[in-house]
Amino acid sequence: MTPEVHHPSDIQLGRIAYRRGKAIRSVLAAALSTAVVGTLLVVLITGAPGWERVKQSFFNAATAREYLPSILEGLWLNIRLFVACAAGALLLGLIASVLRTLRGPVFFPVRALATIYTYSFRGLPLIITIYLFAFGIPGLRLQGTPNVTVLGGAAITITYGSYIAEVLRAGIESVHPSQMAAARSLGLSYRQSMRFVVLPQAVRRAAPALLNDVVSMQKDVGLISLAGPIDAIRAAQIATAEALNYTPYVVAGVLFVLFALPLIGITDFVTLRAARRQNAGT
Amino acid sequence: MVSRNTLTTAGGAVLMLAALAACAPADENAAAAPSASASGNNCPPGALQTKTAGKLTIGTDNPVYEPWFSDNKPSNGKGFESAVAYQVAQRLGYSAENVTWVSVTFNNAIAPGPKSFDFDINEFSITDDRKKAVDFSSPYYLVRQTVITTKGSKIAGATSIADLQTAKLGAQVGTTSYQAITDVIKPSTKPSVFNNNDDAKAALVNGTVDGIVVDLPTAFYMTAAELKNGMIVGQLPQVGVPEQFGLLLDKGSALTGCVSTAVDQLRNDGTLQVLEKTWLAQTGGAPELQ
Repeated sequence: MTPEVHHPSDIQLGRIAYRRGKAIRSVLAAALSTAVVGTLLVVLITGAPGWERVKQSFFNAATAREYLPSILEGLWLNIRLFVACAAGALLLGLIASVLRTLRGPVFFPVRALATIYTYSFRGLPLIITIYLFAFGIPGLRLQGTPNVTVLGGAAITITYGSYIAEVLRAGIESVHPSQMAAARSLGLSYRQSMRFVVLPQAVRRAAPALLNDVVSMQKDVGLISLAGPIDAIRAAQIATAEALNYTPYVVAGVLFVLFALPLIGITDFVTLRAARRQNAGT
Repeated sequence: MVSRNTLTTAGGAVLMLAALAACAPADENAAAAPSASASGNNCPPGALQTKTAGKLTIGTDNPVYEPWFSDNKPSNGKGFESAVAYQVAQRLGYSAENVTWVSVTFNNAIAPGPKSFDFDINEFSITDDRKKAVDFSSPYYLVRQTVITTKGSKIAGATSIADLQTAKLGAQVGTTSYQAITDVIKPSTKPSVFNNNDDAKAALVNGTVDGIVVDLPTAFYMTAAELKNGMIVGQLPQVGVPEQFGLLLDKGSALTGCVSTAVDQLRNDGTLQVLEKTWLAQTGGAPELQ
């Protein structure tokens, strides 16, 4: 028995060919317009009267090679600090947001404290917080004061914790009250319903905004250099002063972008997936 | 050294001759430079075109501070700048009794306009901007970097650069001071870097750094006026491009060349070095670390 083979009709074949032709044409159009824009940009920038000077002082390969190791050493501090601060801030934000959404008059002081925390630290500029922590706390001369890197990291964690708390609170409040009511009517305690019903939905909804805050934090951890430690930007600043050339800044900038790319990619992926899931079935 | 001195001498001669309205090309001036000394015809000892004939009028601020001057009396010959001023006067042919001091504030001195002094000595750094308004002699002092700390810190008793190598040091970003840490001291702990000297000072007071590096004039000011229990550990060997202090003269002054020549002579015969040691390292309390 010969298996039945599907033969598209002539009209269907015509449709396929038409679509393929359209696709090829649009790829060609996109390639052409990209080439035109790219050429225009290159001509515009490299043809500028000051281009040679800019190239010399911002894109000097020899300077970049010379100072890359010291900038990478600084970036290593950024990376370690970022991992520690991001973990701390997410935890702190989660706690503050849950405390702020507690119901019942008994919990008023807790809610008030959490509210004061998010209000004040979102308002207080990070630079000032770092100054207060890194220059104020050691001034107390207490025994066992941690070093300035830890204190500066704490300032960053606390500041970002307040942003993350608000993002999570918005997520928690966006979960329909009927979810909580249903969970409670099934016999789950408040804590259980929060843990198994509300928070998973809240975190999922808030994920894009959360990751956005984390990406932003990646750059702000460098402000620790105010307190004395040498991060990537500070290393670039020192190199710039030594070389009388801005290339080290460009090197640091490129490294920061490379460092942020994976997280930005994850943010996009998570956002897309959430959108796809929410629109499933429609 | 030799070539630079020749250059400054030549430069001084050029300025002087220009002031005297001589319009010879630079080449001839360079050839004539050796004869243009303080004892040459252009700088008759004790008979220069000074404000008051036969007297040399030197300006400085009031009050003036240690270790540049002593007891706020520029005329006592004590303190680095007072001593330098009297040495220059002597080279120009004016004995101590023919020197008169006049008080001029720092800002008035560097501003363009008529001057009440023949030259002024007041820790003036030579900069191109200032040169547009006033003349400078060749430098009598190259600023050195200095380590300061607070009493009781772990480097308070340091007497050599090796003693500083285990310390946590700090400096302002992009300065010669930072360069002095990384190039001269080379400490085993990574130095801290601050946006400005005030932050560095705060870190020193807090004890988050053991010591900070600043230039010598700043070191004197910080330890004397700003820091409680501040103390100078010592001066570091010269590094990078140092700031230069010069004697200040009126723009186009007829004396600039003569004064420069006198300063050059003092430098070449080692007088300036001796004065630096006496007044800054010993009396000023900023020993030179090796």
